[in-house]
Amino acid sequence: MAKVVAVTGNEAVANALRQINPDVCGVYPITPQTDMMQRYASYVSNGQVDTEIILVESEHSSMSACIGASAAGGRVATATSSQGLALMWEMLHIASGDRLPIIMPVVNRALSAPLNIHGDHSDGMGARDTGWVQLWSENGQEAYDNTIQAFRIGEHMDIRLPVMVCLDGFIISHSIERIEYLEDAEVKDFVGEFRNLYPLLDLDKPKSYGPLILTDLYHEYKRAQHEVMMKVKDVVLEVAKDFEKMSGRKYGLFESYRLEDADIALVILNSAAGTSKDVVDEFRSKGIKAGLLKPRLFRPFPYEEMAEALKNTKAVCVMDRADSFGGYGPLFMEVSSALYQLKEKPALINKIYGLGGRDYLPSHAELVLNELNEIAHGEKIRAVKEYIAVRE
Amino acid sequence: MKQKGWKELVEGSVILEGGSAVKFKTGSWRAFRPVWKEENCIHCLFCWVYCPDMAVKVKDGKRAEFDYDYCKGCGICELECPGKKGKKAIVMVEEGK
Repeated sequence: MAKVVAVTGNEAVANALRQINPDVCGVYPITPQTDMMQRYASYVSNGQVDTEIILVESEHSSMSACIGASAAGGRVATATSSQGLALMWEMLHIASGDRLPIIMPVVNRALSAPLNIHGDHSDGMGARDTGWVQLWSENGQEAYDNTIQAFRIGEHMDIRLPVMVCLDGFIISHSIERIEYLEDAEVKDFVGEFRNLYPLLDLDKPKSYGPLILTDLYHEYKRAQHEVMMKVKDVVLEVAKDFEKMSGRKYGLFESYRLEDADIALVILNSAAGTSKDVVDEFRSKGIKAGLLKPRLFRPFPYEEMAEALKNTKAVCVMDRADSFGGYGPLFMEVSSALYQLKEKPALINKIYGLGGRDYLPSHAELVLNELNEIAHGEKIRAVKEYIAVRE
Repeated sequence: MKQKGWKELVEGSVILEGGSAVKFKTGSWRAFRPVWKEENCIHCLFCWVYCPDMAVKVKDGKRAEFDYDYCKGCGICELECPGKKGKKAIVMVEEGK
């Protein structure tokens, strides 16, 4: 029986971690993640979990501790945000290269400078090429559900990769929402016993992690790493199917919202997708065929599936809450690559919105959908990339 | 030796056996070769202690020959060698000379 609660996104994810009870968490506080692992530390102190929690001196160290614990043979989790994720950078590559299934909620926050603590996707997008699987979450419920599914995905014996679960800083991490919790026993049963691949603590079979691999084999190892990433989509869908059986909540590689017969569509990640769906409904009630696509699995990116979902639209705007200065937004670059393979493709524009936690309002979605409607009716694209709600 | 293809690799480049460094003969890195002068050796075994690899062999508690398969020619043994009456029992000689 599900239990309905009113909790913050951080609290929901901390509760998911409590239900899973990892062996080791190497943690370091950073806004807006702090309160997630602070809650987890309370579970440890109260004896609700038997996790070995390692309080370290930086995120570089927290990821290092997680890597060691995971290679030793434990089920491992941590969480971070922003500068913390940036400081982990080199260790993120080691976690994925060593194929260690560490699970890490990332409470998305802008990067310095200037210093800003609010919700934006620059941190997660910066970790795009680290070899981690990335799941993105619209709200607290999805963050909770994705955290539980992440363990099954990352620890799958065909995968063995670390997974980030992204949720918007403050907007989701600190807002109280209605969330359905699963029973502790259900979650425990769903994630199952942790299985080891090559545990260092199996002393009868000594082994080494992190050897020097030079020009003779490095290229092959990276090719193999791409291959395992390509298996992730099927595992994500398989795990989602099992999760739906248990919870009644359906997940895919992305969410298509009123997209089937849409002429115009927004592609938008996380919390702002929720705001946009209301505006899509308004356009629909005015007789304009608007739709929305909300990516969930960002790495590996489901190029073919997304192209298929968008192929019948006339104009699409990819909304980015992160920027690549001198380039297009990171999500735009992916969607653009996906659509390029189509013979007939929709017009495509890119809007940068909500950096550093700037409010994303229904009126912004309305502006963009109006522009898309004009483009769908033959209007020329005035600029491929623009910033919305920016003061001149 | 036939090199492995990308489908034949162990996940995460983990090495699934102990002591496999023995298969990797690093002696070819050497630019200077240590030469043991037995007549100056007091068998203190400082060279055996200080060798960062295991390139100094010991037999029946006595200093034996170098194992040139693994000696990289770092010269630490020569530096540490106290020798006998001011004469070193290990001297570094340029390879190829």
